Amino acid sequence: MTTQDLPAIFEEFDESRRAGFINAMNFKETGGRLVGYLCSYTPLEVIEAAGASGVALCGMSNEPVAEAETVLPKNLCPLIKSTYGFAHADKCPYTYFADVIVGETTCDGKKKMYELLSDIKDTYVLQLPQGQGRAWAQDAWREEVRLLKEELERRYDITVTDDDLRSAAEVRNRFRRAMVELYELQANVPPAMSGVEMMTTALQSTFSFDINESIERVESLFEKRRNAYEAGERPISVDAKRILITGCPSSGVIQKVGMAVERNGGVIVCLDDCSGERTQAMMIDPQADDILGAIAERYLAIHCSVMTPNSERMDNTAAMCEKYHVDGVIDLTLTACHTFAVESELMSRKMEEIGVPYLQIETDYATADQGQIDTRIAAFIEML
Amino acid sequence: MTYRVGVDIGSTAAKVVVLDGDELVFTLLEPTGYSSVDAAERIEAALVQAGFPLEECDVVATGYGRVSVPYARKAVTEITCHGRGAAFLFGPDGVVVDIGGQDTKAIVLERGRVAKFNMNDKCSAGTGKFLEIMANRMGVTQVQLEQLARRGHPTQISSMCTVFAESEVISLIGAGTPREDIAWGVIESVAAKVRPLVPSVAGARHFLTGGLCENDYLVERLSAQLDAKVETCPQARFAGAIGAALSVPLASAE
Repeated sequence: MTTQDLPAIFEEFDESRRAGFINAMNFKETGGRLVGYLCSYTPLEVIEAAGASGVALCGMSNEPVAEAETVLPKNLCPLIKSTYGFAHADKCPYTYFADVIVGETTCDGKKKMYELLSDIKDTYVLQLPQGQGRAWAQDAWREEVRLLKEELERRYDITVTDDDLRSAAEVRNRFRRAMVELYELQANVPPAMSGVEMMTTALQSTFSFDINESIERVESLFEKRRNAYEAGERPISVDAKRILITGCPSSGVIQKVGMAVERNGGVIVCLDDCSGERTQAMMIDPQADDILGAIAERYLAIHCSVMTPNSERMDNTAAMCEKYHVDGVIDLTLTACHTFAVESELMSRKMEEIGVPYLQIETDYATADQGQIDTRIAAFIEML
Repeated sequence: MTYRVGVDIGSTAAKVVVLDGDELVFTLLEPTGYSSVDAAERIEAALVQAGFPLEECDVVATGYGRVSVPYARKAVTEITCHGRGAAFLFGPDGVVVDIGGQDTKAIVLERGRVAKFNMNDKCSAGTGKFLEIMANRMGVTQVQLEQLARRGHPTQISSMCTVFAESEVISLIGAGTPREDIAWGVIESVAAKVRPLVPSVAGARHFLTGGLCENDYLVERLSAQLDAKVETCPQARFAGAIGAALSVPLASAE
């Protein structure tokens, strides 16, 4: 493996970012394989079966957006702009040191951005079907998962066996179970922890080079919070209004939206975005006859607004409202995310049908509208 | 004797009301100015001068400056307050449209409580600020703008953004479009931008609160856009402050 130098801009970084770069460089220099990905449709078992670490590269900060806008249109989702901007500016260690970035044809903005991203980084794009309904969709997606496996085999000059896939599935299942167990602590009344802590933990585990380390981190937080709860600790007031957050990936607005909920008398009891229970609860049978097919099937079943139709997402959110005793739903749309923005009407109707108050907010990663977001969220919580 | 006092510090105007029991006994309206902290201090002085010393007042604050009122027992959002205030002024069920200085909200009231609401996005189009900017650009007062608009002919101002709309107005001025027609377009633009925020509730009454409640022509155009009679009254600009005062628990005012 060739060694890669630090970027020229390294000297300008603050300490924690430098540490991130050094950490990633050391990982690579000791033979680590690093695959960047963006989306929950990316079959991580295949990456992990190839002995590589999958690291999420979704941009979650406003910092590189202005730089991205020198190339990308302004009216594009902040996640896409931020992701591209970090790559363009050499400011994200994981993007910078990734051997390859695995993209997917989910939304239009992302799939076209990957064409530009490939000027900067090796980029491999999975062709995701636009719906789960057609009989061929499953076959097509299985073939895409197989092609990804081949791509990684070629790239690393290895063979990925079915057994490799099976063990990767077992480990991933363990991680997912740990996440779901942690999430389920919030079903308690009052919940066991702040939603911001839960969201931050979910986010952290997407930056780890070692999935076992992630499993341990999540399991230990789970045990700590469960034991404290069983010992009678109640960190959250029973009067706090129980909020479910659905919609676009929320990691970039944990501070802006998550903290606004929790400082205005609410608590996030259920994270219903693509890193939440809706996705983490889907397991893979490691003993399936066709393990590659089982992996493909699990991922294609994910409910994202890029799929049409996507009514199971609304049904699932309704079920989560019941499971988590939800007082109100906040549907988060990142600016210019057309699929979630349009689908919010369907979510709103579903919530009306089951009688759960609903608030849609559209925002980006900038702080310009923090005051308005606060007012909306505070008014929503006052209304509950 | 304790009075229930509502202080509504908006982006443009600060409003204060004093309730004695459920009776409105005092109102005050003044420009917020640069600092909401200063506005809160001026309000304190005005209350004292009007015979309502703070020791006899139980205060709730609202509006964007709601966190700048140190003598308030708590802050409540303007959405909840406009809902309560409108219920006090007009009745417990209906759709409240509050056109403020920088925000416009539509609030569905059911049995006196906020059942749902919508708020405009970051842009000030469809707010009082839009009218202020356009009146300044045309060199007229807001009252004159209203009078001109009444005599104008339909003229389209289509920009969704206040800054672009201002350029559009400048182009119209440059093209020699009569001021009356431009004024027509300006008022219509506000009414048209408010419309998509307002949920359709069959047979509901509609109330206008906020600083534009005495702009009869706007009320007329808003009624036309919403295809419903919009009710308002001069006190409706105090709806937020009234709602804040009503948020003081009655028990503590005994």
